[in-house]
Amino acid sequence: MKRNYKLRAALALLAAFHVFILLAGFFAPYGFATQDRDMAFAPPTRMHFVDAQDKFHARPFVYVFKNNISDSSYAEDLSYVYPLRLFVPGAPYKIAGMFSARVHLFGVDAPARISLLGTDGYGRDQFSRFLYGGQLSLFAGIIAAVLSVGIGIVVGSLAGFYGGWIDNGLMRGSDLFFALPWLYLLFAVRAALPLHVPEWEVFLLLVSVIGLIGWARPARLIRGVVLSARERNFVRAARGFGASDAYLLRRHVLPQTYGVALTQLALLIPQYILAEVTLSFLGLGIGEPVPSWGSLLATLQHYDVLSSYWWMFLPAVLLVPLFFAYHAAADALQERYESISL
Amino acid sequence: MGKARSRRSPVVAFVLACLCASSISLVSATPPAPDWMVTDNPIGHSGGRLVVALRSEPKTLNPVLAVDAPSRDVIRCLTADLIHINRESEKTEPALAKSWTVSRDGKQYTLHLRRGLQFSDGQPFTADDVVFTFQVYLDEKIHSPQRDLLIVGGKPISVQKIDAATVQFDLAQPYAAAERIFDSLAVLPRHLLEAAHQAGTFSQAWGVSTAPVQFAGLGPFRLKEYVPGERIVLERNPFYWKEDHQGKRLPYLDEVVFLFVPSEDAQVIRFQSGDTDVLSRFSAQNFSVLDKQQQVKSYHLFDLGPGLEYNFLFFNLNDLGSKNLPEIAKKQVWFQDLKFRQAVSAAIDREGIIRLVYAGRATPLWGHVTPGNKLWLDANISRPPRSLDRARQLLQSAGYSWKGDASLMDPRGNPVEFSILTGASNAQRVKMATIIQDDLSQLGMSVHVVSLDFGAVVDRFMKTYDYEAAIMGLASGDADPTPEMNVWLSNGSTHLWHLNESQPATPWESEIDRLMEQQLITLDYSARKKLYSRVQEIVAEELPVICLASPNILVGAKDGVGNFQPATLDPYALWNIEQLYIR
Repeated sequence: MKRNYKLRAALALLAAFHVFILLAGFFAPYGFATQDRDMAFAPPTRMHFVDAQDKFHARPFVYVFKNNISDSSYAEDLSYVYPLRLFVPGAPYKIAGMFSARVHLFGVDAPARISLLGTDGYGRDQFSRFLYGGQLSLFAGIIAAVLSVGIGIVVGSLAGFYGGWIDNGLMRGSDLFFALPWLYLLFAVRAALPLHVPEWEVFLLLVSVIGLIGWARPARLIRGVVLSARERNFVRAARGFGASDAYLLRRHVLPQTYGVALTQLALLIPQYILAEVTLSFLGLGIGEPVPSWGSLLATLQHYDVLSSYWWMFLPAVLLVPLFFAYHAAADALQERYESISL
Repeated sequence: MGKARSRRSPVVAFVLACLCASSISLVSATPPAPDWMVTDNPIGHSGGRLVVALRSEPKTLNPVLAVDAPSRDVIRCLTADLIHINRESEKTEPALAKSWTVSRDGKQYTLHLRRGLQFSDGQPFTADDVVFTFQVYLDEKIHSPQRDLLIVGGKPISVQKIDAATVQFDLAQPYAAAERIFDSLAVLPRHLLEAAHQAGTFSQAWGVSTAPVQFAGLGPFRLKEYVPGERIVLERNPFYWKEDHQGKRLPYLDEVVFLFVPSEDAQVIRFQSGDTDVLSRFSAQNFSVLDKQQQVKSYHLFDLGPGLEYNFLFFNLNDLGSKNLPEIAKKQVWFQDLKFRQAVSAAIDREGIIRLVYAGRATPLWGHVTPGNKLWLDANISRPPRSLDRARQLLQSAGYSWKGDASLMDPRGNPVEFSILTGASNAQRVKMATIIQDDLSQLGMSVHVVSLDFGAVVDRFMKTYDYEAAIMGLASGDADPTPEMNVWLSNGSTHLWHLNESQPATPWESEIDRLMEQQLITLDYSARKKLYSRVQEIVAEELPVICLASPNILVGAKDGVGNFQPATLDPYALWNIEQLYIR
């Protein structure tokens, strides 16, 4: 029963994360490209309950950040309070590229800004960019992982089921993919592309490259399961009754691989999210101003950002619970399917 | 008595005469005192080692072939030139040539060399070395990048030895900046390199793997050790020809070590931790980081104000007939419209760029000559403030219109969309591109930022012409307009936005050609200034390039480095390396 709770808790956390990111427009107070050039590298906005006159407010509020030009620091201007508002109308956005809306979950009146994770070098709100960036990184990771596991199932089951030279050929092919220096390959591919590639094409390219390179490990694991599965008595019996290969695969062998496939999926998704983050960090992802988690972290390559603006680390910190949740799900799935096959 | 006296005095007179004659001949047999240069810097004491970081390893130590900055930085310490430009005053001063005369028609320069000088291996320096040096620089088979500097009026300068300490240069036409040509043309030792030149192997001589004994130069230091991948060590040249005004021979330093530190951030960290003594040219963001710790860590930072670098946005105006780039050719209709370029320039937030990209340590530019160039800046070019309204008016008058969702359409109804290319390694230019992208989106233009590695970018500029707009920066090593000829002449090699023009594409381009050719041969400074000011006005009006900003020169040094006087001309920190000392 404990296993059940672990899996459910992990899935709930994951679902919440994904909903936040899918509905980024609603949860983010600002657009991902909205610059505020007077607020570059501003620290996270602090929420207050007690104002300068020691009066308690039930509704939390923020102050305006004033930029001190001489030493580039920010100080709160205590003269006016700007309470936090819920369900504010703001910049228009699109949900899933189709539905247009204007309402945001929270916000404050101008000229105050609420930047929960601070702002970047152009004054863009990092929290909004984190949510929009998740749309890219998270879904690139998921789609790439599905692609990988899909190819892995096909290749692995064919190799395991038929054996012989098919098995040999496919497995040596997967060795090749293990050995490829995929990062340099990507640099070469990027240099060969035309000057400006539309965003969705870059997205597809990222997804396919990450997914196509990584199918080797799931394929091997699936092959192992299929090898043991095809020797099972009920499979032999079915064959004895005259079942065709396709029927055996579909009805008896493949269902045994689902456990491994799901576990692999739960393990690969965070890996591929990290792969996309790495690529964008190195500049191979989608260009400005579209954010991705990797490009949010890329500014940390500069020494001055690293040493002076601690809030630029926060996107990396926020990824930790996401990956914990995925790994917890993978753990739970593994225990569940192990107990079944035993 | 009388007879003895009369017999003695001629003998005595004869003996005295012989003694005098022999002593005179003895005096003339010793060589005259060497013609060292006496400097007027504050006195320092000898000894010590200076550690400096280089961005990458030098590609060669051959002065005739070196192009990249790290090679030139090291070579500058090892060699000397005939006439040198003082980086602080921006004027020429004697170096290996102690004086020179110019003929009245301005076509003949006679340089008088210092006598009694020696190379770093002890061999004497004579006019033969100078003649050999210019033979090599002018040799077409060697393809020196500095050969073009020595072509005046279409013909190479001719060099002639008059005697062991006098060399004569003949030019095909009078040349205003003739003296400045000699700066950074290193004098080569004939005794070491003539054999290689005659055998045709000069291009392989003095590469980075050459042994130190095979080098000799007239610079303040000589090569001691080269550890590939790590450092180059230079030691004091005991035969150097400069002394301070107390008679002590320069340089003060015993050793100079160049460490290879590839990125600017790594250089800043090493400077902060005390590994290096001097930090040359770093970004404004790192200045803010280092600024807070100046007292604690006993170093000093200098903000020298604007240098000569100008960053600009330009559009691809090349002839694309032979290339297969139909998409770009269609967009060139926009780029070639002056009102389009004016609208783009009006929409760019230069103040925002100064604040966000350079933390305030830069100057906005509307023309290509920066305030760091006091002698040649034209203060009268127009500097219109940012105005989106004016930009929209300009676009409207050119026939552009806005669709419902505020995106800009050209007169034929196509949406205005293009990309800005820049080198990924220069973070400032990428940031400028992002800011301009946002500015132009307020006009309804859809702009994409593309950053590639620098080699790929140069390839697109020079060969394939496969780009739409780009951000680039240029900085000549000298304040004089002449090195900028290649940028502004319509057939110049760095006329980036429109290369390989068979003839000037517009009347104003031929006007610029005429003005630049004219200033080349005008000897009077105020007449030249009028010509060059007109060039600046034309550039600011017709906007072949949209100038953005000029970053300030930022350098730093440990407090223990004495006589540190950074200047705004390259090399900013080490131009007076022979005068530096360790306190």
